[in-house]
Amino acid sequence: MRASRLLVLLPLALLLTSCSPVVLYPAGDIAARQRDMLLIATGLMLLIIVPVIAATFFFAWRYRASNRKSPYAADWDHSTKLELLIWTAPLLIIVVLGAVTWVGTHLLDPYRPLDEITTSASVDTSQEPLVVEVVALNWKWLFLYPEYGVATVNELAAPVDRPIRFELTAESVMNAFYVPTLAGMIYAMPGMETKLHAVVNAAGVYDGFASHYNGAGFSNMRFKFHGLDDAGFEAWIEALKASETPLDRNAYLNLVKPSEADPVTYFSTIEDGLYQRIVGMCVPDGKLCMQDIATMNTGPGGQHHDIDLDALTYESHPIGDFDPDEAQGATAPASNRQPHSDAMRAGGKDTERDGGLAPAQLND
Amino acid sequence: MLSNIDITQLIFGRLTLQSIPYYDPILVATFLVVAIAGAGLVAAITYYRWWGTLWNDWFTSVDHKKIGIMYIVLAIVMLLRGFADAILMRTQQALAFNGSEGFLPAHHYDQVFTAHGVIMIFFVAMPLITGIMNFVIPLQIGARDVAFPFLNNFSFWMTAGGAVIIMLSLFVGEFARTGWLAFPPLSSAEYSPGVGVDYYLWGLQIAGVGTLLSGVNLLVTIIKMRAPGMSLMRMPIFIWTALCTNVLIVASFPVLTAVLTLLTLDRYVGTHFFTNDMGGNSMMYFNLIWIWGHPEVYILILPAFGVFSEVTSTFCGKRLFGYTSMVYATVVITILSYLVWLHHFFTMGNGASVNSFFAITTMIISIPTGAKIFNWLFTMYEGRIRFELPMMWTVAFIVTFVIGGMTGVLLAVPPVDFVFHNSLFLVAHFHNVIIGGVLFGMFAAINYWFPKAFGFRLDAFWGKVSFWFWVVGFYVAFMPLYVLGLMGVTRRLREFDDPSLQIWFLVAAGGALLVAVGIGAMLMQFYVSIRDRKYLRDVTGDPWDGRTLEWATSSPPPHYNFAFTPIVRDIDAYTDMKRNNFRRPMEGYKPIHMPRNTGAGIVLAGLSTVCGFALVWYIWWLAAVSFLGLIGYAIWHTFNYDRDYYIPAGEVAASEQAFASKLAGRF
Repeated sequence: MRASRLLVLLPLALLLTSCSPVVLYPAGDIAARQRDMLLIATGLMLLIIVPVIAATFFFAWRYRASNRKSPYAADWDHSTKLELLIWTAPLLIIVVLGAVTWVGTHLLDPYRPLDEITTSASVDTSQEPLVVEVVALNWKWLFLYPEYGVATVNELAAPVDRPIRFELTAESVMNAFYVPTLAGMIYAMPGMETKLHAVVNAAGVYDGFASHYNGAGFSNMRFKFHGLDDAGFEAWIEALKASETPLDRNAYLNLVKPSEADPVTYFSTIEDGLYQRIVGMCVPDGKLCMQDIATMNTGPGGQHHDIDLDALTYESHPIGDFDPDEAQGATAPASNRQPHSDAMRAGGKDTERDGGLAPAQLND
Repeated sequence: MLSNIDITQLIFGRLTLQSIPYYDPILVATFLVVAIAGAGLVAAITYYRWWGTLWNDWFTSVDHKKIGIMYIVLAIVMLLRGFADAILMRTQQALAFNGSEGFLPAHHYDQVFTAHGVIMIFFVAMPLITGIMNFVIPLQIGARDVAFPFLNNFSFWMTAGGAVIIMLSLFVGEFARTGWLAFPPLSSAEYSPGVGVDYYLWGLQIAGVGTLLSGVNLLVTIIKMRAPGMSLMRMPIFIWTALCTNVLIVASFPVLTAVLTLLTLDRYVGTHFFTNDMGGNSMMYFNLIWIWGHPEVYILILPAFGVFSEVTSTFCGKRLFGYTSMVYATVVITILSYLVWLHHFFTMGNGASVNSFFAITTMIISIPTGAKIFNWLFTMYEGRIRFELPMMWTVAFIVTFVIGGMTGVLLAVPPVDFVFHNSLFLVAHFHNVIIGGVLFGMFAAINYWFPKAFGFRLDAFWGKVSFWFWVVGFYVAFMPLYVLGLMGVTRRLREFDDPSLQIWFLVAAGGALLVAVGIGAMLMQFYVSIRDRKYLRDVTGDPWDGRTLEWATSSPPPHYNFAFTPIVRDIDAYTDMKRNNFRRPMEGYKPIHMPRNTGAGIVLAGLSTVCGFALVWYIWWLAAVSFLGLIGYAIWHTFNYDRDYYIPAGEVAASEQAFASKLAGRF
């Protein structure tokens, strides 16, 4: 008895120790609530799935042609009672699941600020959330902390138990921001802004990455998310400030050039209004911001504007540096363009990381 | 002035010698294998003098049965290509750990996963269902051919033309590196220069014409050409599902054509539908492509549901349980499939109410689907189940599909979708329903109707080998992906940091190898069956004790299908005929009016393919010439009045007598 129980539990135990199903054991309340929804929905579905699978095997065995003892009703094709059952059983489950979904979708709406329903008691939801502005670049993440006037590339940190509000956008190609331990993913799109509210409840270093394919450097568009205690977070902010590298519009325009597996980089100050310009796709001079286009004709008189077309054309950075004279169909390496992965291998991403600007203890 | 024009560019567009990927050993080896196999095939056909037969009896044929078979041959050939891509991906992901980059650079790997998706959906699953529908529909409704036989031949060759364009991208230039739906802004000219996305666009547009026309054709066939007595509520369930599928094709493929056209305009003439600047919005593309994309899922699965209904009823020796609720379930699924597209991007920042609405419509689809599963289950109840291959595939389907359905409902819950969107859990889910539903269904269909098509059964031993390797291989390959999804691993990654993930990718790669054995066994099954066709012969035309009209005629059916149009009095029309001691009339034959073969379809599709290739490479003169040729030839063909002929009554009598004497010889 005991041995057989052990046999059943062994694969399960192996599963849980040999890997870390972060979706099932997240460190953030929102991800935990999402996990609960997953378990509730799975339970409801199993109510009907398990009997169906069991009945399939049972009927297949019991009514096999060689079993002449089983009854045979060649013309039996209707039963009102059974028909009622087969439509109402799934219907009832979907009614329950639908209600749970409606409530859950509204409670866990990424735009909804955290409150005591969606977080555990340790989180004080009355405090101002930590705002992190997230920009998806090719192929790295830029995080801005407007409250502290600092920014980082490819490293994210937040104090434990303080609500976080992410405001997300992308520079050119669509992407999705995903820190599984924190909350589900949300898209980051150029010229648009999405929001995500979350909180981390346990200190630690967690994985974050891009989850919407966006070209050659996609696999390496990862970062570490650090859940820190208050003192640790203050120290981290201080380290950013100590980097003495300003993030102004020029630095940003330099940063958006496509690159892969970039080292963690810190910025000590942010130019005023930079993030709004990124969302509005008007970081370079002479560009019209999306926000201004939207309100253009709503002003007094709603007069006609003469718009320079160049002001509406965003200076983007094509993925890969293409020589305009090169035959367009040519593929690497016939075009002498190095595949990104080769360039990375040659440069050695590990050495690059070690030589990064961030303090060593946070990179581990 | 003229000296500025580059003559080479004028003639070849952007096609240069550099476009041939001779530097990639994988592609060169593939090319050599394809070239040698192709040369061998051509030599064999020449040696056995098959060219005439191929051209006269197959390529130019307007016979729905032969066109159906050609669709399936195309699908099986493309399955091998799509599966080769799958093996490459599984191997890459199993190897790329601990600092290893695997063996595929991003440039190649990104093409591989794009091609895999495009080929499996458009050139494997679609030709399979279209082929089966083409073969079965006229036979099952007691018709002599489809409504527009020439259009049918043209549709097939357009699909084949699209496949040729996609295959060319392997050896000339490159394929798209965007994922199978080519989302902008990544697929725009700015972020995907080069020919990859253009191959994608023109390949799908050309194949899309074929799919749409074939949808119109089959829809009209079902509406207008049913045998007398076959009212809508006496149509076999397969005909119902085919009807709904073709309604979906006709209503949704124009959306795909439109959205791809808009993207083409963005890329070719600089419009701004989906760009970041000048007022474009790429989210519109997501909406439009999924307004086609979600009905597409049901286009694929509904005919498979129909096959399972026919198979279950036949091999259980019972009337189908709950025919009426089956019909309504099918129709409800058809309608609802248009109201769920947004569940493909819950994570794009829609409001909670919008997400909830689409979540609940999605869940509602599981109610009629669940009813269908129960109907098959109660058809098995108190039946006499013969476990021939089609029935084995059906049982495997029910078990596999309910698991895929369960994970589908999980993904329909927005907060759960937030953690699984774009993850390997999602990848596992859609393979679970497409392999477990569509492919298993089509394998059941091939084993079920093969004796009807060729007059002999498929070999059961190799069929069972294939069955077990496919089913076990599927579970071994895709269950690890569910686990990886729970570990927060997303799709389309080329390399990994966390070494603890590797074991799951290794298991999945092992599963892919098992499936490879399953595919090999399937090819072996075809070979052995053809070799042993004398032993596997079926002279009755009704090897399974079938219940519907296609089994009432000989195997293979004569060109005209039925000498006399059958009269239908019941859903299981042939069972009804057998019970009432139906006797074939042996006299009173009349000449039968039939459509004549034509090479116009292959010429038109060939010109379209050339035009597509020219547009991919900016060879403008060739595009213009082939397009004008296309229009000109189509007009010229309208003056071809030699389109039909009569099979003389004597010939009909002779072939019916031959069938009758075969039947008599058996008893």
